[in-house]
This record gives sequence, C-alpha cells and structure tokens, in this order.
Amino acid sequence: MGHALVNVPASVKRGDAFEIKALIAHPMETGFRPGPNGVLLPRNIIQRFTCTYNGVEVFSLTLSPAIAANPYIAFFTVATESGSLTLRWTGDKDFMAEETVPITVTA
Amino acid sequence: MIDTSPETTRRAFLVCSTGSAAALALGVAPAQATPESLDAAIKAVVGTARLRAGKVTLDLPPLVENGNTVPMTVSVDSPMTESDHVTAIHVFNEKNPQPHVMSATLGPRAGKAKVSVRIKLNDSQKVVAIAQTSAGEFWTASADVIVTLAACVEDPT
Repeated sequence: MGHALVNVPASVKRGDAFEIKALIAHPMETGFRPGPNGVLLPRNIIQRFTCTYNGVEVFSLTLSPAIAANPYIAFFTVATESGSLTLRWTGDKDFMAEETVPITVTA
Repeated sequence: MIDTSPETTRRAFLVCSTGSAAALALGVAPAQATPESLDAAIKAVVGTARLRAGKVTLDLPPLVENGNTVPMTVSVDSPMTESDHVTAIHVFNEKNPQPHVMSATLGPRAGKAKVSVRIKLNDSQKVVAIAQTSAGEFWTASADVIVTLAACVEDPT
C-alpha cells in the first residue's frame, strides 16, 4: 500500500554517516478541515516512521497532523556493514507501508 | 504518483470559503494552539530540567508562500558518540491546531544529528525545536516564520 521512494548512496565507506531520504504518497489529512459538506474530514495521518539497519532500529519519528502531505523525511545513519535498510510507515486506518533498500559498505 | 503541489480549483476554493463562512456563522472558533499550550507541550517533554538556547540549528525559510509544505531542517551540534549523543529532537509550533509537530528518536548510530521534514504552518508563527542529549540536557532554538498562504484553509483535492 502506498508509493514510497527511498534514496540512499550506492556505496558508503565504513564509519561514514550517510543520508537516507524517504518520500511516501499519503494525504496526511489533519482532521481539522471541513469537507465538501461542511463536516470535518476524519483524521488520516501517518503516525510513526521507523528505520532499521540489518534489524536494529537506528531512527524513528513520531509524526503529527502538522507534517505536510506526502511526507518527506531525511536523516543520517553510520555505515557499519553491508546489508539492508528497512523503512516502515504506520498510521491511521491501518496504514502500513514498508520499503527495503540494500546498502553496500566499502572498507 | 507523488505530487506535492496542491492546486486550488475554483470548486475547492468555494467549498473552503463556504466552510469557513459556515464556521463563522455558527460562532465556532477553529481549535488552535496558543503560546500557553506551546509552553505546556514543551514542559511535558522537558519537565523540570533546564532548557538552554544553543547547539540546535532550526532551518526554516523566513517567508513562506505556501504553508502546506514548508521545508524544515533541524540539526544539532553533537559528536554523536556512545557517551555523548542526541537522543531526541522535538519540534513544536505556536498556532497550528495542535502544538506538536514531530519527535525524532536518534542514537549514536545516527552519526549526525540532522533531520529534515516538510511541515504545515497554519499562520505566521514561532516554531521551536528542542534537542535532548544523552547527558539529560535540553537545548533549544526557535524561528519566526511569516506565512502568506496558510495550510488547512483549502481542500487540495
């Protein structure tokens, strides 16, 4: 569910911090706006974002209605060893999206 | 696919304006965070610890044309080692419906205490970033932003 784009460098030197940029399609409806009939649209947001590096959580973010639609999140992590990064978004209405990207670490 | 530019259609504008008019007619003030609720939200995070200005850099454009997507970067001056690192970065605002914007959890494996997101701003206001370090210290920075087109006033669909 959901379209996600994740950008990581093709290869990183061991010990270097590299940036992970993640973008996902999501309306992030705040729950404070009236819809066409004047009734408030129910809240529909991504509540939580986590990133695990070879199974260990390295970053997490709690989102709120104040995060723009199609959330863009960029953060850093240190390259330890080659493997994979798993990014997971969870939110209202049982929203769940997961994206796994490989990462190559050079000596 | 991924389109971040909300287009204001005539219909959306009419829907939005009649909606606000109805709200005004009913005398319903939209919920809004206040400087007091901002202080309360900050206090819930910081507690009785001392909050000091510095170390945190909050990057926000001073003049925002579209409050629906405002690029924001928070970086903290920290060596990010096992013994001295940033454990959390919180961001609050003054005038959105809720004071809380985001809370990031970091650790020594982050390497660099820097987080970028895009946020919504409902009005010209102050945005506050707070960083918590492994030593239990709290550092803060704030930025004043002028918003010309507020978020939450139109239906982007």
